[in-house]
Amino acid sequence: MPPVSLTVVDAPPSRSPLATAARRFVRNRAAFVALLLLVVIMLACFVGPLLSSNNAIDSDWSAISLAPTFDNMHWFGTDELGRDLLVRTLVGGRVSLEVGLLGTLVSGLIGVAWGATAGYLGGRVDAVMMRIVDMMYAIPYMLIAILMMTLFGRAFYLVVLTISAFSWLDMARVVRGQTLSLRSREFIDAAKAIGVDSRSIITRHIVPNLIGVVVVYATVTVPGIVLTESVLSFLGLGVQEPMTSWGVLIQDGAQKLESTPWLLLCPALMLCATLYAVSFVGDGLRDALDPKDR
Amino acid sequence: MAQNKALLEVKDLSVRFARRDGAPVDAVQRVSFSLDKGKTLGIVGESGSGKSQTVMALLGLLAKNGKVSGEALYNDTNLLTMNDAALNRIRGDRIGMIFQDPMTSLNPFLTIERQMTETLQLHRKLSRREAKQRAIETLERVRIPDAARRIGMYPHEFSGGMRQRVMIAMALLSEPEILIADEPTTALDVTVQAQIIELLRELNRERGTAIILITHDMGVVAGLCDDVMVMYAGQTVEQAPAQQLFAAPTHPYTIGLLNALPRLTDDDDQPLQTIPGNPPLPGMATQGCAFAPRCTYAEERCRTTRPALEPTEGEAHALRACHRPVQAIAEVL
Repeated sequence: MPPVSLTVVDAPPSRSPLATAARRFVRNRAAFVALLLLVVIMLACFVGPLLSSNNAIDSDWSAISLAPTFDNMHWFGTDELGRDLLVRTLVGGRVSLEVGLLGTLVSGLIGVAWGATAGYLGGRVDAVMMRIVDMMYAIPYMLIAILMMTLFGRAFYLVVLTISAFSWLDMARVVRGQTLSLRSREFIDAAKAIGVDSRSIITRHIVPNLIGVVVVYATVTVPGIVLTESVLSFLGLGVQEPMTSWGVLIQDGAQKLESTPWLLLCPALMLCATLYAVSFVGDGLRDALDPKDR
Repeated sequence: MAQNKALLEVKDLSVRFARRDGAPVDAVQRVSFSLDKGKTLGIVGESGSGKSQTVMALLGLLAKNGKVSGEALYNDTNLLTMNDAALNRIRGDRIGMIFQDPMTSLNPFLTIERQMTETLQLHRKLSRREAKQRAIETLERVRIPDAARRIGMYPHEFSGGMRQRVMIAMALLSEPEILIADEPTTALDVTVQAQIIELLRELNRERGTAIILITHDMGVVAGLCDDVMVMYAGQTVEQAPAQQLFAAPTHPYTIGLLNALPRLTDDDDQPLQTIPGNPPLPGMATQGCAFAPRCTYAEERCRTTRPALEPTEGEAHALRACHRPVQAIAEVL
């Protein structure tokens, strides 16, 4: 028998946590393809319209309510004013993507900070912070949106701000619940026992352990926010004609479903593709960031 | 003791938990002990005897409904009345703690490096690189092979024994004067237990680290401790130098614990010795001696008046809380 060596020979080299996560994300086919798709959609929305001979505002009077066709470059067809739907969908995507991703980011940041703080500190602080959340739930966000728009005028950042100001509430509740169960875990006691203060415990020990819930919940938040934006637009509080967003296009299309179904189908498919991509990316991120899941 | 001041002097430490429904629970009642530099103290007792709560109270780690009274002097300052900021400068730096379950005491989302360097960056203001170097050295000291590579791994990539070594290494990073080990071997298998105890003994001998060891395993105490404190239902029932306690236990509960240790020389068909009955439920107020209902030596006054913790007759450094004289118990033995 050959002598047995006790050293581990085929051990993987140690990498930084981020590099490990990136490697695992790329290895996850579905998530990686979804990420590519998301990038393609974003590029198409922000760069695509510049390359097209059509634009989002001008009418093509020779092509009114034209079904999707490869002639005339109107690949998605045109609406009843002869505007090219492909370009309008892409331009509308700018608003929807910005609102959706920005709103989710802001609501995620506030929600996590709020929920983790309330959950970890507990007691009176928790009670007060969560009652504030309850109170915010009771305020009709539409009312605030209308107030904001009338007082400060219609502006894109106000739409994002208003939506974010209300969409972090669910995140805060979910995060708080998770934090409550994390707080009683032994490694938190162990951290306290080595003299880590509350703030560092929250940022270094609680928050990383929340990533799973937060990412999953954020992917659920994106479509909600995109739809909220379309409701606001529908009420005349979001983007206005001739500018557009996916929400507005879908609202429009739904009304003309029988005569010109492509007006609904094309933007709706874009929205679906985006939301699918976001949720696959979110899922992949969660798996990649969980060190136990190899 | 007057000229040679103890490192940690605990006097009349009590812990009481408020309950939403019903009477408060006295988890620890008037426990006193002192720990000299470089000494080891074992705190022994069944589950729920208050041994863990005693040290949790010292480090301010009690649950929120817990109230602590008494005093615990460390360098002339009372740990029990300190605010968190002041306590954070001591715990992890001057007093280290090892927890019972190494499976759950490490943050699963952080690499060992990040968890270990946290202490050093916090207390010693070391740079990340210096902290890492120090952490690797400490891991090597607790004999983790290939420490430089393993430091980048996550807790789940270590075995139970290895994780407990990591925990010990974390507690040792800043070379604390006192190391508190709360059942450090309970969650480990026997061969690993022996290695961990050996490691603690070495630390104590070579670095002069004082150790408070909490355990329900008399065997572990025998292997490591200078002094032993036996707790029952939140109270100290016997306190003595380890050798003396093992050679001549004087409290019925201590005797019961020692007899409950199975021996290889016992007959195969001899039943395991146990202490009959169960410890009192927390929150149950007992009038007399808490151990009286399970005690084979109990007499009438044991059930009506609580025995005080007094010096054992004829022994210089021992205390016991029992009405029956040492001779009476020795005779029945």
